[in-house]
Amino acid sequence: MDTTPPDRFGLRTAQTRRSSPRPPKRRAKPLIRSAGIRFALVYAAVFGVSAFALAFSLWYSTVGLLQRQVESAIRNDSVALNEHYEIGGLPSLVAAIHGRLSDAVDSDGIYLLQDALGNRIIGNLDVWPAGLDQTNTWYELPVSRQGVGSVALLRAYALPGGGQLLVGRDVRARAELRNVLRDALLWALVLMFALGIMGALLIRSLFRRMMRDISTTTRAIARGDLTRRIAKTGDGDEFDELAEIINDMLDRISRLMDGVRQVSNAIAHDLRTPITRARTRLEDASLHAHTAEDLQSAIERATLDLDGIVGVFEALLRIAEIEAGSRRAAFASIDLAPMLHDIDELYRAAAEERGLMLETAIGVHLPLLGDRDLVQQAVANLLDNALKFSATGTTVTFTARLDEAMVEITIADRGPGISDEDRNRATERFFRAESARSTSGSGLGLALVAAVAQLHNGTLMLADNHPGLRATISLPARLDKKER
Amino acid sequence: MRILVVEDDKDVAGFVVKGLREAGHTVEHADNGRDGLFLAASENFDAIILDRMLPGGIDGLRLLETLRAQDNATPVVFLSALGQVDDRVKGLKAGGDDYLTKPFAFAELLARVEALTRRGKSDGPTTRLAVGDLEMDLLSRSVRRGVQKIDLQPREFRLLEYLMRHAGQVVTRTMLLEGVWDYHFDPQTNVIDVHVSRLRQKIDKPFELPLLHTVRNAGYMLRSEEV
Repeated sequence: MDTTPPDRFGLRTAQTRRSSPRPPKRRAKPLIRSAGIRFALVYAAVFGVSAFALAFSLWYSTVGLLQRQVESAIRNDSVALNEHYEIGGLPSLVAAIHGRLSDAVDSDGIYLLQDALGNRIIGNLDVWPAGLDQTNTWYELPVSRQGVGSVALLRAYALPGGGQLLVGRDVRARAELRNVLRDALLWALVLMFALGIMGALLIRSLFRRMMRDISTTTRAIARGDLTRRIAKTGDGDEFDELAEIINDMLDRISRLMDGVRQVSNAIAHDLRTPITRARTRLEDASLHAHTAEDLQSAIERATLDLDGIVGVFEALLRIAEIEAGSRRAAFASIDLAPMLHDIDELYRAAAEERGLMLETAIGVHLPLLGDRDLVQQAVANLLDNALKFSATGTTVTFTARLDEAMVEITIADRGPGISDEDRNRATERFFRAESARSTSGSGLGLALVAAVAQLHNGTLMLADNHPGLRATISLPARLDKKER
Repeated sequence: MRILVVEDDKDVAGFVVKGLREAGHTVEHADNGRDGLFLAASENFDAIILDRMLPGGIDGLRLLETLRAQDNATPVVFLSALGQVDDRVKGLKAGGDDYLTKPFAFAELLARVEALTRRGKSDGPTTRLAVGDLEMDLLSRSVRRGVQKIDLQPREFRLLEYLMRHAGQVVTRTMLLEGVWDYHFDPQTNVIDVHVSRLRQKIDKPFELPLLHTVRNAGYMLRSEEV
């Protein structure tokens, strides 16, 4: 059983019209291998840690604050009492304590004064609390006040005369508050844990929902249906961005596949013709050649045909090699000017031979990061074309200049040119305009020029020269810092 | 000349061996890398024609690298179906002297092998080249035929120099493109023919005996009649 609804499958098989094998059944994955679960766990952990930190700081600031307040009250009280003792001696101290006890200003106040022998002099504690044996130290001990048990924060002071004074505060209310707070925080933690889990589950399901569209689409494409695209949510969020990137990638793949299909069709068609011709010549010679000379010439012409086929193959491989981009690794900093002068010199003779004028204007310095041989071949291809299609007596212009940050190489002729509707297709492999059918050529020249321009992050532009063709290669120049 | 052909394809090897023998060379043939390396290392050859992809555990590159590691400087022409620029660079880096991609024309292979062996022999800088009554002074960069001085453009001078250095040998159009213009592809236009015919105008036209000959289906050859 597949987890995807069957109607979608039905639709998809109809679209591809291919009985593609069903994907392997989606098994329940081990929990930790689900990215959704991992995200959820991370979320729960972050949520839990922050909740715990919040509870702890709340606890510390309330309970701690109360504790510090009580401590400072006791300390102030004891300082005051000690002053009484120092000024008025024991009677003054007893009077002060008595005053405090009877005033009941602070009903939580705890006092106990005893003499050096341990006899109780005055105070609201019945006995010296057990366990309180050090002076000047904080104790939190259970005490008994008039028979009622309670908890108190206590501090004992040794009097200079040998007696001991115990000052404290009843903290039962504070302890209760602390307990309430602790319970509340514990419950809050439980609640937060539950919320964390719920949030995690929510995140996981959100995550799954957003992944579902991408995964169903890409799975369909993996099975061969390249027309599918990922639907965008329209929110412009990260998933939309991802969908857009994936869709762009799919468009590119689809274009490349079209290109491959078109090229293989073209190869099948365009190579069939010369192969047929070579084969026919050879077969015809073997059947009908009567003299050795006939045979010889048939073989020679067939060899020429085969050389032509080899040339087409080499051009195709070269274009493929350029388009693969591997030559970029060998890019070097070059100056095109001397190389273009060489090409000009090489072609000038051939142009003059054909009764053409070659008008050349090449810039002084044309720096470029690129492959010298490839640019050379691209320019040579354009000159080949210009010479091939120009009528005697016309002019071919060959200019190269630095325009802002681009090196622009333009070759313009006065030949038949390329019609508007053909111009876009002129750089396709094997494309030959109607007007060019009668001339020799493979239809790969401009495809190679375009590939070279693209490899250098440049462009090939074909324009009407009124009349004729005006081909411009624009390549980004390499300008040194000092030249900028 | 003694030439070793290391090539595993029977038809190609047979064709090359036959062609080289017809051209007057002594030829040994090995059909795998191991035998090829053994022959190349143990005997003396004037040139080796070497396939890249060979059976027997040692491919052409390994064979050549081993050979060069033994200080064996025999000129080597690669003959390979691996035709990408990277392959070519690899072959030349490994110590190859020339690289020819399959399929090839035999005339091209023969011309390149012969050009290579000539290059191997000429040691020491030459300052003067001569073919028949045509003389070239490389220092003053002047050319004369008999008593008459011939004015040449710089490129024509280099073209003639290349032809004179390979006098008596066939020089193909591709070799001229590579050697004189540093071009590594074939233009569709017959640019080379035009330059050669212009050169011919200057060095042959006014004289009785032609020196620059066209070799059908192959290229050009500069030679005086007595060769």
